[in-house]
Amino acid sequence: MTDIAVSDSDDIELPPADAVQGLTVQSVSPTRMAWRRYWRHWGAAISTVIMGFLLVVVILAPITARYGVDEQVCDISVCKNQFLPPSSIAWFGTDSIGHDMYSRLIYGMRVSIFIGIASAFLSVLIGTAVGAIAGLRGGRFDDIVMRVTDIFLAFPFLVAVIVVRQFLGGLDFLEPIIGEVSSIKFMIFLFAIFGWMGVARLVRGQVLALKEREFIEAARAVGATNKRVVIAHLLPNSIGPILVALTLSVIGAITAESTLSFFGLGPQPGQGSTSLGQLIELARSGARQGNWWLVVFPCGALVLLAVCINFIGDGLRDALDPKLDKGH
Amino acid sequence: MLRFIIRRLLWLVPTVVFVTFLVYVAIRIGWNPVATYKRANPRASEAKVQQYIEVNGLYEGFWGYIRGYFSWLWSFVQGPDQWPRSIKGRAEVWPPLRYSMFNTLRLAGISTIIGISIGLLTGIIASLRPGGIVDGVINTSAFVVGSIQPFVSAVVLQLIFAVQLGWLPPAGVYPPGQDGFDLWLMTQHLILPVTVVAIQIIAGYARYMRASILDVRSSDYLRTARAKGISEFRVLTRHSVRNALVPVVTLLGLDLGTILGGLIITEAIFEYPGMGVFFLRAAGNGDFPQLMPYMVIIIVSVLMFNLIADLTYAVLDPRIRLD
Amino acid sequence: MTDSVLKLRDVKVSFNTENGVVQAVRGVDLDVAAGEMVGVVGESGSGKSVTFLGVMGLLPGSATVTGSATVGGVEMVGGGKKVLRGIRGKKMAMIFQDPLSALNPVHKIGDQIIEIIRAHNDVSNSEASTRAVELLDIVGIPQPKERSRQYPHEFSGGMRQRVMIAMAIANDPDVLIADEPTTALDVTVQAQILEVIQRIQRDMRTAVVMITHDLGVIARVADRVQVMYAGRVVERASVMNLFDEPSHPYTVGLLSSLPRHGQTRLEPIIGSPPNMLQPPSGCAFRARCTFATDACAVDVLPELVPHGESMSACIRVNEIDLAVKV
Repeated sequence: MTDIAVSDSDDIELPPADAVQGLTVQSVSPTRMAWRRYWRHWGAAISTVIMGFLLVVVILAPITARYGVDEQVCDISVCKNQFLPPSSIAWFGTDSIGHDMYSRLIYGMRVSIFIGIASAFLSVLIGTAVGAIAGLRGGRFDDIVMRVTDIFLAFPFLVAVIVVRQFLGGLDFLEPIIGEVSSIKFMIFLFAIFGWMGVARLVRGQVLALKEREFIEAARAVGATNKRVVIAHLLPNSIGPILVALTLSVIGAITAESTLSFFGLGPQPGQGSTSLGQLIELARSGARQGNWWLVVFPCGALVLLAVCINFIGDGLRDALDPKLDKGH
Repeated sequence: MLRFIIRRLLWLVPTVVFVTFLVYVAIRIGWNPVATYKRANPRASEAKVQQYIEVNGLYEGFWGYIRGYFSWLWSFVQGPDQWPRSIKGRAEVWPPLRYSMFNTLRLAGISTIIGISIGLLTGIIASLRPGGIVDGVINTSAFVVGSIQPFVSAVVLQLIFAVQLGWLPPAGVYPPGQDGFDLWLMTQHLILPVTVVAIQIIAGYARYMRASILDVRSSDYLRTARAKGISEFRVLTRHSVRNALVPVVTLLGLDLGTILGGLIITEAIFEYPGMGVFFLRAAGNGDFPQLMPYMVIIIVSVLMFNLIADLTYAVLDPRIRLD
Repeated sequence: MTDSVLKLRDVKVSFNTENGVVQAVRGVDLDVAAGEMVGVVGESGSGKSVTFLGVMGLLPGSATVTGSATVGGVEMVGGGKKVLRGIRGKKMAMIFQDPLSALNPVHKIGDQIIEIIRAHNDVSNSEASTRAVELLDIVGIPQPKERSRQYPHEFSGGMRQRVMIAMAIANDPDVLIADEPTTALDVTVQAQILEVIQRIQRDMRTAVVMITHDLGVIARVADRVQVMYAGRVVERASVMNLFDEPSHPYTVGLLSSLPRHGQTRLEPIIGSPPNMLQPPSGCAFRARCTFATDACAVDVLPELVPHGESMSACIRVNEIDLAVKV
């Protein structure tokens, strides 16, 4: 910049180049920026608080629940305990055998959220691996993966999940690995079978897009192997979409559990346990009989979970994909 | 264009054969009709069981499955009166399937038309003033409604409007004992199921349309259109909406699966005698002569829908070449 | 210059952004007479396009336009939607830089021209269609009838720009704003497009404003030039004077950065344009100017003063030697 100091007055202050161009550049790390963008999304911010609260409540279920899962609010000999509307002894009312809905809801959500998180992690694990391999290797493997997922994703989910559930249940040799048809473990595997496909397509797309980028070519040019490129460059750069997919897989699995339970095909956690889906199944007869509390609380809990998790996913997407950040 | 359609239609046949075969195997393994029969008739003689196997083509082993599948396929292609009868009750499959198909088509057709038109309109209204109050309300409510599962909205609507208020019938197409066609009664019975399916579609398409219009909002051709001196309304209809529809149409093909899933749930809750109820009953019994034609219909409609979506896409966007 | 069809007086355009108010245009005057072509030159961000988009009301809602702009005596700034609609495409038409994105990809070329005709004339579709084919013929598109039934993606870049011109002249406008019409095109095609525009200017006696950053284009086609820098006009001159005796250090800089015969080294203008969120006091160019003194920083926007036959916004123009360094 000294070349232009030939003017007869040297006292013209040249502002720094950044300010001149109107770019206010502060060095903020991408993570910090993503973090800020996330909390600026009010839906996501509120949802995070609510989800955090719910998680604490369900983890501390033995403390936060007022009664045990199978405990009746009072003995039938002492007072009537069936189908009690919400009152001080049962905040959310009672069901047909006098269980406290509030306590069962907490225990049920505990099971369902566990199923959701576990199968989401499994889906993302499988999906990321398959998607990364398909995207990197291309060829026959890629074709087959894409073709299979095409068919599955276009097919009505409910039909497919019912058929696959029955099929897996019929394969006796799988039972030691994935458990009984009605077990929680089985449900986790079942939902992962459907969940990985969306993730795989996403990661594959991401890998294909990144493959064309200069820094990957640069890495290859200096002799990095495929495996190294994936681990060192592709995965860190796809972490945003994967995280979003993980979040959305959680609610996908929770609603799938509820839907299957609704048709009596969900997990049967057995005595001493329940699931959100099982409680929602009760809503079906509850609605017909006009026992509104059997409908409102479990359905409300599911909707609350769905809205919160979707908002969190939305917030993550906005925060982690700077391309979408248009500055307003 | 024609070649593209023909090629896609030719693809239909192997896809249907392949998928139905997979379904056949899944049903045979999953429901194991022979074992079910034995359980239901514990005193059936060996010859009776053998006859049951022969009649339904339930041969064992790898080749047995293939033989069983092709014997099903062969009778299937000969037309509905040759279709294997249902395992349970040995009833004809086509008449009840056709009946439920028309019921579902009615429900799906009405809800889809209502859902998509209201959805697109709502999305357009929201996009007029992005960031405004109307936009905020529409966008947030579409987001929340889109998070509500159809069985939740179905049960809640049933509770409020049928049970508590008693304004609408809770279930069925007609009240018990009603014979013959009655438009008014049918409409009453359709209101709740249609609402459940439609709001799901409205929420989705309002969001798609809004996002798509906002995408084209800063396009140069909108500036050109304004520079021509045409009215803002014409800019909106002939330029923004017209161009924003292109990507939305492709989603229509992808959403069929979701809509069909929502239909099954809705039909089950409102005891609406459609294909969803047909499927759930057949699946509960492991009745593959009933399940297979159902699957064929589902696969064909999914593939046809995708084809139609692709063709509409090409019609809406002249830049797309189909081959 | 009483006979000017387009008259801009103290036009200012500012944008409300998250970071503050960006003063994109800070008082621009311009007169263009019928059949005259005025060039507006400047680098990107100098406000040359924004001025005209602003007066036509084609900027997004965050923009505020003040001052006065009349076309054929009708005021546009502050005029209602109705007034603007009557002017756009009728009295004042515009050609944009990238004809591919400026044409709607999903409508046929013919229909897009018909649309502008029918927006201002009470004619049937078939009459408008005949006129559209005629227009395509005027701008030199072979087989206009067949071509009118094609879509923009079936045209080459130069042909698309011809379509844009056909569209712009459909209603025989008084003023044609050509916003970098040749920037997105190949050099060989550029010349053809300029010829088409020049022919229209001559034959239809249209007033043309040629917005460009390319001095070569100006030298070829314009009668007069306004040089813009940081939202202000810094020099107004005839084309001949601009090249022979530039009257502003910025113009000198622009000319020195042009390749010339026998020249071995190009002279860039060092530095970058100022931040329009906080435009500098006094002369906006002083930070990059080799002649700048303390006087240039005085908090008054320099007005145009005569220098020879030209007008210059340099307060030192009569003290310094502005020969172009070769």
